[in-house]
Amino acid sequence: MTTAMPRHLISIDDLDRSRIERILDRAESFAEVQGREIKKVPALRGRTVVNLFYESSTRTSSSFELAAKRLSADVVNVRSIGSAVDKGESLKDTVQTLSAYDPAAIVIRSPEVGAAQLVAGWTEAAVINAGDGKHEHPTQALLDVFTLRRKLGSLEQANIWIVGDVMHSRVARSDILAFKRMGASVTVCGPPTLIPRGIEALGCEATATLARLHEADVVYVLRMQQERMRESFVPSLREYSERYQISAAQLRPGQLLMHPGPVNRGVELSADAIDSPVALIGAQVKAGVAVRMAVLYELLVGAPLLAAVA
Amino acid sequence: MVHTDRLYGAAAEPCELLIRGAHVLDPRAGLDEPRDILIRGGRIAELGVAGTLSAPDGGELLDATGKHAFPGFVDPHVHLRSPGQEYKEDIESGTAAAAAGGFCAVIAMPNTDPIVDDAAVLRSVVDAACRHAHVPVGFLAAITRRSEGQELTEMAELRDAGALGFTDDGRPVVSAGMLRKALQYQRLAGGVLALHEEDPGLSGGGVMHEGPVSARLGLAGIPSLSESTMVARDAALARYEQARVHFQHLSAQESVAALEQAKQAGARVSAEVCPHHLTLTDDLVRTLDSRFKMNPPLRAESDRRALVAALRSGLIDCVATDHAPHARHEKEVPFEQAPMGTTGLETAFAALFTELVMPGELELEVVVERMSGGAALYALPTPRIAPEEPANLCLVDLGARFEVGAKGYVSRSENCCFHGRTLHGRVVLTVAAGAVAFRTPMLAQAGALA
Repeated sequence: MTTAMPRHLISIDDLDRSRIERILDRAESFAEVQGREIKKVPALRGRTVVNLFYESSTRTSSSFELAAKRLSADVVNVRSIGSAVDKGESLKDTVQTLSAYDPAAIVIRSPEVGAAQLVAGWTEAAVINAGDGKHEHPTQALLDVFTLRRKLGSLEQANIWIVGDVMHSRVARSDILAFKRMGASVTVCGPPTLIPRGIEALGCEATATLARLHEADVVYVLRMQQERMRESFVPSLREYSERYQISAAQLRPGQLLMHPGPVNRGVELSADAIDSPVALIGAQVKAGVAVRMAVLYELLVGAPLLAAVA
Repeated sequence: MVHTDRLYGAAAEPCELLIRGAHVLDPRAGLDEPRDILIRGGRIAELGVAGTLSAPDGGELLDATGKHAFPGFVDPHVHLRSPGQEYKEDIESGTAAAAAGGFCAVIAMPNTDPIVDDAAVLRSVVDAACRHAHVPVGFLAAITRRSEGQELTEMAELRDAGALGFTDDGRPVVSAGMLRKALQYQRLAGGVLALHEEDPGLSGGGVMHEGPVSARLGLAGIPSLSESTMVARDAALARYEQARVHFQHLSAQESVAALEQAKQAGARVSAEVCPHHLTLTDDLVRTLDSRFKMNPPLRAESDRRALVAALRSGLIDCVATDHAPHARHEKEVPFEQAPMGTTGLETAFAALFTELVMPGELELEVVVERMSGGAALYALPTPRIAPEEPANLCLVDLGARFEVGAKGYVSRSENCCFHGRTLHGRVVLTVAAGAVAFRTPMLAQAGALA
């Protein structure tokens, strides 16, 4: 397949199935590099990657930084969390300033829907969306697919449940699109106040109870944020946990458990579920570096697969 | 200074003009054929068979063969941004944009800075209009002080100072009790109460229509019910108080249903609809282009169709642009941060002609009639192409195409939701209150040849 990669990665909608597979194949070869003593390849030597984070992040920012460094890129990290410059007008100014350094890629995380797309209009660099508000988090979805593909061989026919606060989750939106694209069926489950009206248009089913959870091959649990209680989406954490917490006892043999992190222990997941052998949470984190290396590589170099780690 | 019926504009030379051979379409007058229009001293002196009238002494002859003449459009809903936000628009630039769109009168909303909520502020904008307005402007004043919904403005004094009516536009009157008092007080003050219908408890922090597109984008939605429940509530209040209310910028099919019920029940209600709600849907928000962010939001195709049907039947009385200019730096931000609003004065007719008339969804005469339907709602004279009438008309080249924004805008702002589209139906001349308010260079040339 010779389909070209898009210039930017803003949304899973930018990738068809063959492009997703190409990124995942590339990620497999980079995962192999991670097992070596010297975990570095020269693919992006002399090129610059800017990580522009307008929101706190541990795993996404650190894995993007590591991914770029392991490709031998020069990395600039710009953080502007909770400061006055985290507004649109200066977003443009910031991007235009950073673009003067001629970066090959800008990785952006923002609390605003559409921020990555706007940035793409203001710079010559390739733009990678590392999360824009409640909209999308495409590299998270790619690493989730990568993790599942390794475990299941293929997502074709897999029945995946996404449980929790779908409304406020960019991970859920990108995952639904990516899982569907790879041939899985998706059910979202959560309190009706946290399932957005019209979500079925993404091609998933929606349900309010865990009654049919046993049908799932994969249980993907979302983070439940404290502020949702204050906003009256759910009456109390206690009631939420009672109805939607996933414990080891609820999982049948053969089911896989995933979570994008960070986990609220004892809220959406019980401790025994987190530590159970079916939990892939650690594998997801580990996949982050290889998958983000693959995304950077495919967008910026995009050479035939065989040349990947030569 | 032009000062008739609470409309205020700058003094301009009454025109002496013969418009030769234009296809005159004035549905109210039952006119739909080529005519010569002779304008003397700013009034229509004579309508003659095409090619039979001569230009007035010292006047100008315009050959309008192949062009259409319509009664001037009247926009009951514009934001001229003055005082306080002149970087977006002011009375001069906003009325110039209106003239370029074929409008011969506009009604300005009071949500400026400061808000037009007392007679002193109203007098200042009236005075500015008398000096700078290219077409006459009517002004609505606020219903409540600072439009905060807590205390009534001095409505009677505001009427004496020239207010056409009242609105807290941009915001709803949340308290039914507050609105009821305003409706009661209307018996003393007069003037239409125009209502922006929205239940803030339902629209919450919404930034677009609630539906599959908002679910996909992760943007908070504004459900249609946020509008329609308030239309139903306020229609009931209007009936109870036998008051006169006007519903602004309806966007949802549920609101159309509520309006129909209210009219059938005999409530004294009227309604307007915007070109963007008649032609565009929330599907465009997928682009995350903040030009498509307005309040009320673009809704679903079924809503759009219901609005078109209601405009055709006359259930919705008129077209209003809700011309809402914003500076580029304000709109060039992520969607959720961008202010609500689109400009519309320069594109209203062309958008409706291109998107509705050309595909056969709506008849040209319906569009032409509804484009000036707002006048009567505010007790203003309706423009007519008839002898003895003051000249309020526009000349449109239905065959002329243009790319919206390609040559910039007359408005000071460029946040037009039709930006980049190719539209048909270019306004080439606007005569407002008897004076030429706008003409294209092409026509000036034709005049020079005469």
